[in-house]
Amino acid sequence: MISLEGRVCLVTGSTRGIGWATAAKFASAGARVILNARGADGALEERRAELEAATGREVYAIAADAGDPRQIKALYGQIFETFRRLDVLVNNAGVMRDARLGMVTQELVASVWSVNVTGALLHLQEASRLMSRGKSGSIINLSSIIGRVGFAGQTVYGASKAAIIGMTLAAAKELAAKNIRVNAVAPGFIDTDLTRALDPAKRDAVIHSIGMGRAGSADDVAGGILFLASDLASYVTGQILGIDGGMVV
Amino acid sequence: MPSLLDRLQSVFRTAFNLPENSNWNALIYGETRGWDSVAHMALIAALEDEFDIMIDTDDVIDMSSFAKAREILAKHGVTT
Repeated sequence: MISLEGRVCLVTGSTRGIGWATAAKFASAGARVILNARGADGALEERRAELEAATGREVYAIAADAGDPRQIKALYGQIFETFRRLDVLVNNAGVMRDARLGMVTQELVASVWSVNVTGALLHLQEASRLMSRGKSGSIINLSSIIGRVGFAGQTVYGASKAAIIGMTLAAAKELAAKNIRVNAVAPGFIDTDLTRALDPAKRDAVIHSIGMGRAGSADDVAGGILFLASDLASYVTGQILGIDGGMVV
Repeated sequence: MPSLLDRLQSVFRTAFNLPENSNWNALIYGETRGWDSVAHMALIAALEDEFDIMIDTDDVIDMSSFAKAREILAKHGVTT
């Protein structure tokens, strides 16, 4: 059993999918989990209550939009006021908007970039400062197999996820001396609301390209993230962990 | 008990290995020996530890001198 007992862990974009699975795994491992999502609906509070009921542990929820720098700063201000520390950041919040190259607009680029790249970078910046105070920490960024090998129609999304890889590698070098580890996971085809909405024929074709013959689950990805967050990965930094079942794109 | 100003000077002294009788108002980012971007982040961390505050990222970038540091700390109720 991997333990995160007492660790203060922020999981961005954690009301569904990989973020939610990760938050649940962290709480089960004893972490003090901070859920985060945009505050536009009541999902965040519902999830907080659900996780508390399931684990019997206190769970925290702070609304902040990963596309809004002011809200990100305010989020870390609240974490500082409440905990005075942060041990783990899972930089998960992200958006996927597909478009063939000829249909890519500036608006599309800006909307994807503001969350997937600028938002992720600001989270990395703020989290690493809090972690510096404790002289340790683990940051796990969410990249994607699309950021490593590309996929037609996902030029913008793929570029944003490739940027996450560059960000991870550079930050890992900069923060290693402070005992802050920075890694990324690159999930493949994961069974989420988004992929369930795909045309069945297209979905079957994608699954056929996966060595293990099935889509991954959010829980599969959360397991890899838990490992990187934990002391089992205490000497692991600057790595991009593919969690893709042997997928070939 | 040291004053807040003494404590601030002590943080700067330690960060940049300065003598007791430094000309504090002459301390400028990029000009004072050793005050580069790496030392700057160490200075910020030391200030945050000393005064138990979290300095806004914009203020981290804006803290370009000892005098500016006093101004920024005042926002957190640390009036030197």
